[in-house]
Amino acid sequence: MGEQAQLLPGTLDLLILKAVSLGPLHGYGVLLRIGQISGSALLIEQGALYPALFRLVRQGLLKANWGISDNNRRAKFYELTTAGRKRLREEQDGWNRLAVAMSTALAAQPEEV
Amino acid sequence: MKFFSYVQSLIPRVFRRAEVSAEVDAELRSHIEHRADDLVRDGLNRVEAERRARIEFGGRERYKEESYEALGGNFFHSFWGDVRFALRVLRKSPGFTIAAVGTLALAIGANSVVFAVLNGLFIRPLNVPHSQDLYALQRGHDTYIVQSYPDYIDLRDRNRSFDGLAAYNISQVALDTGENPVSVWGYEASGNYFDELRVQPYLGRLFHGSDEHGPNSAPYIVLTYAYWHSHFQDDRSVVGRTVRLNKHPFTILGVAPPEFKGTLLFFSPDFFVPLVNQQQIDGENYLNARGTRWVFEVLGHLKPGVTREQATADLSSIGASLHQAYPKEDDQAGFSLVRPGLHGNFFAPAIRAFLTALMLLAALILLAACANLGSLFAARAADRSREVALRLALGSSRSRILRQLFTEAVLISLAGGAAGLWGGVMVLHWLGGWKPFPQFPMNIPVNPDANVYLVALLLALISGLLFGAVPVRQVLRTNPYEIVKAGSTAKMGRGIAVRDVLLVVQIAICAVLVTSSMVAVRGLARSLHTNLGFDPQNTVLVDTDLIMAGYRGDEIAAMQKRMSDTIQTIPGVIAVGLVDVPPLHMGWSISNVFFDQTRDFRPSNAAAVVIRYRISPEYFRAARTALLIGRSFSNHDDMKSPGVAVVNRQFASKILGSATNAIGKHFKLPDGTRIEVVGIAEDGKYTANIAEDAQPAMFLSILQQPANDTCMVVRTTNEMGRDPSQLMSAIRSKLRGLDAGLPSFIQTWDEEMNGALFGSRMATASLGVLGVMGAMLSITGIFGMAAYSVSKRLKELGIRVALGAQRKEVLQAALGRAFKLLAVGSAAGLVLGLLATRVLAFIVYQASPRDPLVLCGAVLAMALLGLIATWMPAQRALRVNPLVLLREE
Repeated sequence: MGEQAQLLPGTLDLLILKAVSLGPLHGYGVLLRIGQISGSALLIEQGALYPALFRLVRQGLLKANWGISDNNRRAKFYELTTAGRKRLREEQDGWNRLAVAMSTALAAQPEEV
Repeated sequence: MKFFSYVQSLIPRVFRRAEVSAEVDAELRSHIEHRADDLVRDGLNRVEAERRARIEFGGRERYKEESYEALGGNFFHSFWGDVRFALRVLRKSPGFTIAAVGTLALAIGANSVVFAVLNGLFIRPLNVPHSQDLYALQRGHDTYIVQSYPDYIDLRDRNRSFDGLAAYNISQVALDTGENPVSVWGYEASGNYFDELRVQPYLGRLFHGSDEHGPNSAPYIVLTYAYWHSHFQDDRSVVGRTVRLNKHPFTILGVAPPEFKGTLLFFSPDFFVPLVNQQQIDGENYLNARGTRWVFEVLGHLKPGVTREQATADLSSIGASLHQAYPKEDDQAGFSLVRPGLHGNFFAPAIRAFLTALMLLAALILLAACANLGSLFAARAADRSREVALRLALGSSRSRILRQLFTEAVLISLAGGAAGLWGGVMVLHWLGGWKPFPQFPMNIPVNPDANVYLVALLLALISGLLFGAVPVRQVLRTNPYEIVKAGSTAKMGRGIAVRDVLLVVQIAICAVLVTSSMVAVRGLARSLHTNLGFDPQNTVLVDTDLIMAGYRGDEIAAMQKRMSDTIQTIPGVIAVGLVDVPPLHMGWSISNVFFDQTRDFRPSNAAAVVIRYRISPEYFRAARTALLIGRSFSNHDDMKSPGVAVVNRQFASKILGSATNAIGKHFKLPDGTRIEVVGIAEDGKYTANIAEDAQPAMFLSILQQPANDTCMVVRTTNEMGRDPSQLMSAIRSKLRGLDAGLPSFIQTWDEEMNGALFGSRMATASLGVLGVMGAMLSITGIFGMAAYSVSKRLKELGIRVALGAQRKEVLQAALGRAFKLLAVGSAAGLVLGLLATRVLAFIVYQASPRDPLVLCGAVLAMALLGLIATWMPAQRALRVNPLVLLREE
């Protein structure tokens, strides 16, 4: 584990949508997947995941079903709905624009002004 | 659609919280186990791995709660939390809670009782099918809606606006089922009565129009369910049995359904018999007398599509043609339609005005209670400003805090509403079973229905929101940092002023109530001391019905004479007089009189309508009605001698021109009989309303104008009058000696007067109750304000005492404000109350706003209330011990 960054507000939802878009996952799996795709660079409190998951389900972006995990345990699996897929695309575009703008802004050199 | 699915998703969350909660639990547990599996794979043992997993997971309860909130079912959960918190807070201050709930219970109880009466009499339709287009007929200008039978038949057969017209009359009859005859009340109804009202039998059959074939042709009786239930013990075999009514055989046809109690709201009959058998029931037959109006009410369903205006025009055109055909009997008068059930506009306007005024006063009580509770809540909110500030500082939203306060207010108001409604229902239950007149089956149809419950609930909710709203501004303006810094003694800005205004409003309202109840009590007291034109003291009324006992024709007069003579022999009896209907009784007779020169006796030519009494020569002595000039009747004023009359002063001056020279003048009765005035009697009160203005009345000799149904007025000595029960049993045994089967009803004249005084007494009683409630409210209001201001200023008072302040100064400081507010409120209330008295004067006899006694009484009462209310706080202020107080700080 290298240095971990605190999540910006609102980014957890985007990360969850992204993680789930790669295939149905249960809660703990979402956590592992985010760790995996972010190179363990992001710090997420484990419990904080669940209010966010339920919020996304309530907004109709995710749907959930009980199933059996690889560990042979009962677990609730989340997958994207159509609305969720659409939202992920929008959020991704928005985030990319923001990231580009931010990094451009922060990369500014004195002589460019 | 979206909304629908939202609601759908909400339902399981609201009702299946446990289930949802278990599911969230399972999911979190599953997470921890998966994490523990990984940790075991990393080499930890199972127990340690699970412990680590739980720690890594974080605050499980908190996340669970947040998850639940994220699921959206939280409003109800937090609402329930509010309720539980409110209950806890209220339990912690039981005094406040009980005072608040009690205040509201009284106010809402009063409102629901008054509303239930209003509802029962005016809002709820008659309990018959399709009552919305059922109307009773009323002749244009008079407030009576009685008709003559021939007129009814013409109206029934010639109108084109009604499905049919039914008629009924109220009558009393001796019912003999083989045992002792009992006196019962019921309807003489037209044959089509049940069919027009679309009433179906409960048992057997009801009578129909086809059963009538002329006078006394239909000896059938239908029992009401209540009478069948109580007197025939639900015996289904009564159908077909023969009973005797006034000694005539009648066959029981059937039983009316339980919900059908006739078509008069305040009267519950025992039976129905066909109107064509009137002669057997009443002893007289008016079926062909077009000029005699006695049919109590004519009513029917409008045909579909016919408007009231069309029906009125139709009836009036029939009325006009009747006037043409029978100018002597039918005057030129149009018809109007009125709501059935209250005998047209005869009782309704007065009762409605009175009930509306009561409703208004009750609403004022509720308003005063709300003002009271509002100021209590504001004071509490001020006391809890520290709690509010802390919660705000800890991140609670203002709306959440307001919701909490409103929850408390609404809880209190609902509890108060429930308690008030419960008490109200008790009162209504009692009222419903109350028989104010022993002789007459009057009942007040007040059983509460959905309307009443709904109104009580609405009033509770509205008042909760009303007084809950008082502290809102206070909370919104709370600045947490200031309050936490300054401690609980910080002033809450202008909240105090709002409370002052509320208190003044409340005191003013209460003063209005106190004033009006005093006006009413004074009015009643005065009406009891007006000159009635007779003296009810030491007098017993003996009501016998010779028709019921089977007497006919000449036997009646002979029996009347025998009865008077026998009772005269009882020791202590001074005089026994006969009168057809005693004055101030529930019924009375009126008659047209004509000038001596009149030849054409049509009603429009009448000199006046006067009240008519038929009396025996001894009546004036027995009733102690003073004769001003002339003589009373003698036993020689009989059929063989010329007609004579004693008239009252009003009659003499209004119709004969002068009160002093009327003796020897003549007037004529509707049948043309010439009558000579032989005496002038004092004016009195005659109709069932003690508030009436002076009315012309004439007394005719019973020997010249026979009456079947008479009442004996038995005047006794003072000694005897003190214990009337002895006299009554003596009279009873004398009568039994004459005729064992004679039904009689004996009571003192004072008791009988209850009927005439009923209106005034009811008005006074209800206004009195409201006045007492108003007084109680102002006591609690002033007490709350004074106690609060003393407790807030204890420290200041302690310092004053320490610096040498005298008792007077301490009181001045502690209670000066309360007294100032009391004075302002009372003054405003008195002025308003005196204005309101003008309205009251319509209802309560002789209610005069400019009565110095009432004014003084009201001022005194308010001062007394202030004194009572501030007594305890004043004692507390005087007992202030500066040392103790300063140590506490």
